[in-house]
Amino acid sequence: MLIYFCKRLGLAVLVTIAVSMISFMMIRVSGDPAIALAGEAATSEEIEFVREQYGFDRPLIVQYLEWASRAIRGDLGESPYMNLPVTEMIGNRIGVTMTLGICALSFAVLLSVPLGVLAAIRPNTWIDRLALTISVIGQAMPSFWFGLIMIIVLGVKFRLLPISGAETPAHFIMPTIALGYYATPAIMRLVRSGMLEVLASDHIRTAKAKGLRWGKILYKHALRNAIIPVVAVLAVQLGFMLGGSIVIETVFALHGIGHLAWVSIGRSDLPVVQAIVLLLSIIYVVLTFLSDMLNAFLDPRIRVK
Amino acid sequence: MTDQAQSFDKGLGLEVVFPSPGRIMRRRMLKSKGFLLGLTMFTLVVLMALLAPLISPHDPYDQDLSQRLITPVWTEQGSWEYPLGTDYLGRDNLSRVFYGARISLLIGFSCMLIAAGIGTSLGLLAGYFGGIVDMVVSFMITVRLALPAVLVAVAVVALIGGSMDVVIVVLGCLVWDRFIVVVRANVQQIKSMDYVPAAKAAGCSVFWILMREIMPNLMNNLVVIATLEIGRVILLEAALSFLGMGVQPPMPSWGLMIAEGKEFMLFEPYLVMIPGVALFILILGMNLLGDGLRDVTSPEGGA
Repeated sequence: MLIYFCKRLGLAVLVTIAVSMISFMMIRVSGDPAIALAGEAATSEEIEFVREQYGFDRPLIVQYLEWASRAIRGDLGESPYMNLPVTEMIGNRIGVTMTLGICALSFAVLLSVPLGVLAAIRPNTWIDRLALTISVIGQAMPSFWFGLIMIIVLGVKFRLLPISGAETPAHFIMPTIALGYYATPAIMRLVRSGMLEVLASDHIRTAKAKGLRWGKILYKHALRNAIIPVVAVLAVQLGFMLGGSIVIETVFALHGIGHLAWVSIGRSDLPVVQAIVLLLSIIYVVLTFLSDMLNAFLDPRIRVK
Repeated sequence: MTDQAQSFDKGLGLEVVFPSPGRIMRRRMLKSKGFLLGLTMFTLVVLMALLAPLISPHDPYDQDLSQRLITPVWTEQGSWEYPLGTDYLGRDNLSRVFYGARISLLIGFSCMLIAAGIGTSLGLLAGYFGGIVDMVVSFMITVRLALPAVLVAVAVVALIGGSMDVVIVVLGCLVWDRFIVVVRANVQQIKSMDYVPAAKAAGCSVFWILMREIMPNLMNNLVVIATLEIGRVILLEAALSFLGMGVQPPMPSWGLMIAEGKEFMLFEPYLVMIPGVALFILILGMNLLGDGLRDVTSPEGGA
């Protein structure tokens, strides 16, 4: 277990370094970040001033090392647009995004696990086909469009739910559904195929022969085994959801980091964009690392590999 | 694949006819409802895109402010002059939907080709050589998955400047992960088949083995992944254009049409509904087609 732990940790650190390099280089793809920061109407002296101010005139590697060593100490620079520390701007917003991500993930699990189990114990019946239809339709609907439709129907036509903002829990209902349903098909398919496989195995037959109650067999013997691969997918899905929150937060005017990223891109507030890309990537790396550990803990076979 | 049925005379005067692989496949295709439905939807959108100049009632870029925000024909104020109504600049929605199909399909196919190029070559190398090459490629996949794709795409497109070419290149360089994963796993499997060591023993070059022995066996799975990826890319492009960092106005991208309609959706919800339904049909079609192709080419599973 310790060897496995160290290997995974080493990989996570390497990935983090690679990701930090990419988010560092990302704002330099257009050539000169000084021009982007100074704005299109800037004079050449102004651009020169920005270049010196931000140290864009120094070698790339020096710039990167300085940026990275500051980032490790929690200093991600200052937003030139707002004149605020980037960490403070993100800190004020991350709560909303995290709440949304966790709500969306819970919604996806609560919907997809029961449906997947039902589909597996009654394969090729109407409930199986219903689950399949939901997953096929879910994967084809753009989440921002689904969000807008909900706003039109639930928010405007029937006036059931508030359509923008994050003041009350009710504000989170529609964004949660819009963000969460997209992960449903993947989880449901995994639960269904896992359950089908486990239900066909010997120990379930034995449990049945022993005369155990069907509910207990399903829950204690089958679902527990089938859920292991799902755990790994959940971490990945949460990472995707946080990344996808940029679209949903924009639709519902939720002021989380996705919205902040979008607004910052619009006003060329590059240090903020860079920091959010880095932060979301690191969250993803941490989540996958934790899920690897949890998986290894649940399933000893993984540790040996 | 030969199309002729093979027949063997076993010397008993009985002729045993085996259907050719092509025929088995066609039979399976006709039996798979999902595949047929997907094919129909896809064909519909392709026809819309190809025939757009012929079937569009108006020019998709023609603005007529005296005709703005007309509702579709099934509403009270609608008329056959503008079957799906007009947008906030008085442009005909139906024509814009037709021309939008061109943009979606063009972006979908071009991105898929870029991604397939990157993904297949890396996947082939990783699967065939294993060891350190495999480790490097796996690392690349992990890094790519850690990056929030939509955010990176939006930021890069915004920095370079939004245009269709930029969107195609940026998205193409972001969505190769599934190609690598599938190709790599497949190559690892195929590598242990007898004919690969046989080719090696016969002195074939690595390039020959990869291209002539392994690639043909990957084709089925590649087509499946490519179909599904086109759907995924079209979804991404729509999200990018919706956020205003993708295809730029006045081009009739469906995602952009939704974004433009959003301003008016409280009064004229069809401005959001119409391009959304078009997107939904195309992506659903691609997904059904991909899943159907997988069932048709390898009913045991795989891919």
